[in-house]
Amino acid sequence: MHEETKGSKILKWILIGVSLLFVVLMLVLPLVTVITEALKSGWQVFWQAVSDEYTVDAILLTLEATGFAVLINTVFGVFAAWAITKFRFKGKKLLTTLIDLPVTVSPVIAGLIFVLTFGRQSPLYPVLQALDIKIIFAVPGIILATVFVTFPFISRELIPVLESQGTDEEEAAALMGAKGTTIFRKITFPHIKWAFLYGVVLCAARAMGEFGAVSVISGHLRGKTNTLPLHVEILFNEFKYVPAFAVSAILVIMAVVILIIRSVVEYKGKKES
Amino acid sequence: MKKRKKTKRVIPYFGLSMGVTISMLSVIVLIPLASLVIYTAQMSWQDIWEAITRSRVMASYRVSFLTALAASAINAVMGVILAWVLVRYKFPFKRILDGMIELPFALPTAVAGIALTSLTADTGIIGGFFSKLGISIAYTPIGITVALVFIGIPFVVRAVQPVLEKLDPVYEEAAGVMGASRVRIFWKIIFPEILPSVLTGFGLAFGRCLGEYGSVVFIAGNKPFETEITPLVIMSELQEYDYASATAIALVMLVASFLVLFLVNLVQARNTKILTGGR
Repeated sequence: MHEETKGSKILKWILIGVSLLFVVLMLVLPLVTVITEALKSGWQVFWQAVSDEYTVDAILLTLEATGFAVLINTVFGVFAAWAITKFRFKGKKLLTTLIDLPVTVSPVIAGLIFVLTFGRQSPLYPVLQALDIKIIFAVPGIILATVFVTFPFISRELIPVLESQGTDEEEAAALMGAKGTTIFRKITFPHIKWAFLYGVVLCAARAMGEFGAVSVISGHLRGKTNTLPLHVEILFNEFKYVPAFAVSAILVIMAVVILIIRSVVEYKGKKES
Repeated sequence: MKKRKKTKRVIPYFGLSMGVTISMLSVIVLIPLASLVIYTAQMSWQDIWEAITRSRVMASYRVSFLTALAASAINAVMGVILAWVLVRYKFPFKRILDGMIELPFALPTAVAGIALTSLTADTGIIGGFFSKLGISIAYTPIGITVALVFIGIPFVVRAVQPVLEKLDPVYEEAAGVMGASRVRIFWKIIFPEILPSVLTGFGLAFGRCLGEYGSVVFIAGNKPFETEITPLVIMSELQEYDYASATAIALVMLVASFLVLFLVNLVQARNTKILTGGR
């Protein structure tokens, strides 16, 4: 880099100043607002809102949906990444494009398509009715919508890593007679360990915060189909601002924890490669 | 052994992994998306046309498009500055700044929405300042844009950052030695290199902003014809059980976002070439 002249030094600090101002105003201030608003009426009110029966139900449902999303997308991500990176076949490009589709679909539409597939106007509805299975306005629908919006999150992290690793090691192991599970455990998994964890973190972050898709499909039954973000909305729209921000504070803490885990995972992954 | 001969593949589990991939993809993504098309196919052309061209819906396209465009343009500029600062300069708290960029990915949109609303309402810290100048932010298109800037910023930064990291400063140095001004170096040498990544980031942010719901719904005020975005129109049609209109409008949005995705992919192909070095 060329030596720093006085002019370039001034420019440097102007650009850093603009960046810091932007980040503080747009990102830090909203975080601080959530915490200060949540604690505005003291710890007791905060604790009351957080330990409220409906809030606890919402926390549990959010954790359940997030857990399912991570689990299902892990299974999908591992199989999809294996199929896409270890073999040659026609239509690979199409397949990867289709896997990425859910990211571009508006959350509201993501909810709508499940209402159309399983709701009253669907040809499947009489069947579901006869079997007494509830999907729309019930927990399975919330899980489905959450899985949909986070669908490519894990495969997307695994595919580039496996692609650059190639297939030589697996081929050698297979020719020497190693079983498929052994190959995966001993050869493939160590390569994708950090990418996998990174994907899990991103998936969990999006899953716990999903709002639009879940909002369409939940029916907002308090204590039954209310996730944390939906609970925030209800409280806010009822002008219960302090409880709304208190519940948000739980999500803020989860988000900060996720950001920290993400940095650690990224750092370790970089160090090993 | 016999199987291997048949497929000529050494590595095991091709059938299994393809089978799992295709069936999960179908159940979770393809069949539900197809239901949208099937449902609209049952409507007459006239009904569809009427549903998607009503004046309230047309106004919502305008609001969605313009606010997403404005926010992505702001993000393109700020994203380049942030990426530049993060790649080229050393300063205190840099790591924290770098980590904060990812916040919009981790923070639930509804939380971002209510926080930004309370900040930019006329009674809030930022809103109070601007209301003295006669500018309202919350419950206007400006408010929607603010929420979309929040949502979109990591897309541009994370697209531009790796390209800037790969950029060899040798050319800048050479140009500097030959007496080119900094402005000229930026526009003639750096900008052409990072342009595809800026466009990719811009496109990704724009696509995300078009469909964004959670953060916007609180700050927008949701007045028909003025601050009502298209996803919100779909939502209100659904609440009135007008599935036909909701589905038709959703299809318009879906086509729009696929179009954005297609354009982004075109640009990204060029970007990948720059990143991998072969040009």
